[in-house]
Amino acid sequence: MQKRLPDKHGHFGIFGGRYAAETLMPALIEMEEAYRKAQKDKTFQAEFNYYLKQYAGRETPLYFARRLTEKLGGAKIYLKREDLNHTGSHKLNNTLGQALLAKRMGKNRVIAETGAGQHGVATATVAALFGMACHIFMGKEDIRRQAPNVFRMKILGAEVVPVASGTATLKDAMNEAMRQWVSRVRDTFYVIGTTAGPHPYPMMVRNFQSVIGREAKRQILKGEGRLPDFLIACVGGGSNAMGLFYPFRKDLQVRMIGVEAAGYGLDTGKHAASISAGSIGVLHGNRTYLLQDEYGQVHDAHSIAAGLDYPGVGPEHAYFSQSGRARYVAVKDDEAMEAFRVLSQCEGIIPAMESSHAVAYALKLAPELSKNKIIIINLSGRGDKDAEVVAEKMGV
Amino acid sequence: MGRIEEKFNELKATGKKALVVYLTAGDPDLEKTREFVLAMDRAGVDICEIGVPFSDPTADGPIIQAASQRALKGGANLRKILKMIKKIRNISQIPIVLFGYYNPIYSYGNRKFAAAARDAGVDGILVVDLPPEESEELKIYTDPLGMDFISLIAPTTSNARIEEIVNNASGFLYYISITGVTGTAKPSVENVKADIKRIRRLSNLPVVVGFGITSPEQAGQIAPLADGVVIGSAIVKMIEKNSSEKNLLQIVSSFAMEVKKAIS
Repeated sequence: MQKRLPDKHGHFGIFGGRYAAETLMPALIEMEEAYRKAQKDKTFQAEFNYYLKQYAGRETPLYFARRLTEKLGGAKIYLKREDLNHTGSHKLNNTLGQALLAKRMGKNRVIAETGAGQHGVATATVAALFGMACHIFMGKEDIRRQAPNVFRMKILGAEVVPVASGTATLKDAMNEAMRQWVSRVRDTFYVIGTTAGPHPYPMMVRNFQSVIGREAKRQILKGEGRLPDFLIACVGGGSNAMGLFYPFRKDLQVRMIGVEAAGYGLDTGKHAASISAGSIGVLHGNRTYLLQDEYGQVHDAHSIAAGLDYPGVGPEHAYFSQSGRARYVAVKDDEAMEAFRVLSQCEGIIPAMESSHAVAYALKLAPELSKNKIIIINLSGRGDKDAEVVAEKMGV
Repeated sequence: MGRIEEKFNELKATGKKALVVYLTAGDPDLEKTREFVLAMDRAGVDICEIGVPFSDPTADGPIIQAASQRALKGGANLRKILKMIKKIRNISQIPIVLFGYYNPIYSYGNRKFAAAARDAGVDGILVVDLPPEESEELKIYTDPLGMDFISLIAPTTSNARIEEIVNNASGFLYYISITGVTGTAKPSVENVKADIKRIRRLSNLPVVVGFGITSPEQAGQIAPLADGVVIGSAIVKMIEKNSSEKNLLQIVSSFAMEVKKAIS
């Protein structure tokens, strides 16, 4: 019998935990207690489900990609259409949950970090929805490459705070958000966007995102009368992947594949594949796989997908990798770019560059499988935000 | 008895308060850091906190962040820092606390680190992101070697938590005087006073106050409430500002002496 994870201190095996400065510990404990109560509270759950349905537009379809399946000539491919969520990605599932929790805790100011801007937009959206003040921390470099999302956040009334420290990308935005939280911990709720950070975040974000996997399971059972053979999802911090995987974790016949960003290639050192090519360490409040040097200094990550550009990974993914429950592979920038093109032109669906990594792995796997196999890809977001970068590279 | 306990006993006997100075190791370089520590000892500083630079210092404000970046660029790492401390021990017996984040230690290897730190002459460690819930994995190696485990207490820490923390601590307690990161706000004397009172009821360990003290005047106001004060960002900033000055050591020493005088 599998133990329920995480344990009471937030550990998933040797991973996870709560490695945080004392200034934050009381806030994290308060948050955990509030969350555990909310989890058991039918009113909270009803409210969360109401917004998922009426505001986010759930459930999202599980779409059979017929043309792509025929083109590849192997396994049947289904797409879990998180790109059809309001705001264009799965991120809203989590920010709705956390904002409702913040409201319940009487905190009227939210802050968040963002890389690609999807989580920033999703946080700014719920802040507008619930009338909360909102500050989004974003690396200067990411502000430059994700301009459309910066505009969206501003239109929604959020203040976008540029972060110039360190490498001016997602990890530095997260550092700065934590510093800001330390400074205003009494009235501020920090909305973390992925299954990382100190306990209870990895557990809480996983649970809010699990709606993806629960729906997919119900939908595939209805459509095919059986469970899928493979789940494929991209992994940066890992929230969309965990959201899809978690409800299937006990169905051992379902193989789960997390796709990390191999950037220019794992051997070039310019990638974001913490599990495939990193080592164990402690960052942002949890123990997990990190990109780091031999002295424990954390490296910059690189990926064409800003949302995967993080040098760590959610601790439960580290645990799934170590226990063998899920397998983690890596896909390069140019492979993701090609998948972006293929899905756009074959199905009329423009995927986010992040999700394109999952699609790229499916393009390799599906032809090797027989036609009676079933793959579900988590199409975690839409690709409008990437149009400019892709147009430049494709010479459109 | 360790150097830290001895120092506080000595201060207590003479009715004095401790001046603790924080330096980022390797800023501007490790040889300079060694010279600073020796100069601090001569200037009457009671305890030196040597900061191990980390790529992601989430509890630090802009001044120490920048110092850490400079130190890392200059090639500072834990192995070299311990070597530098060993050299200091040839000359000075000033109590030394290694201050930093967990990952560089974890990456070094907890058991190996404990032995090397002891061997170098480190008296205590303060790991910012290692709360009591997680500290056992390091303490099992550092405790038996007699190394003090310095713990942080924040304004947000409840009494129940303070009890848990003090059960786990030795050497002294470090009270974070602001809800913020290092060197970014001025502590309120009233709040500090109330919190120290809270801590005193639950522990007999010496309490020092830090994170927001930048001037001799402030130090003079805060010190009577506690057993000592920590000056960090202010010194680090002074080092950066005067890094090209020939008499840098002297400038930093006179500042330390001024603070020491203000708290005496």
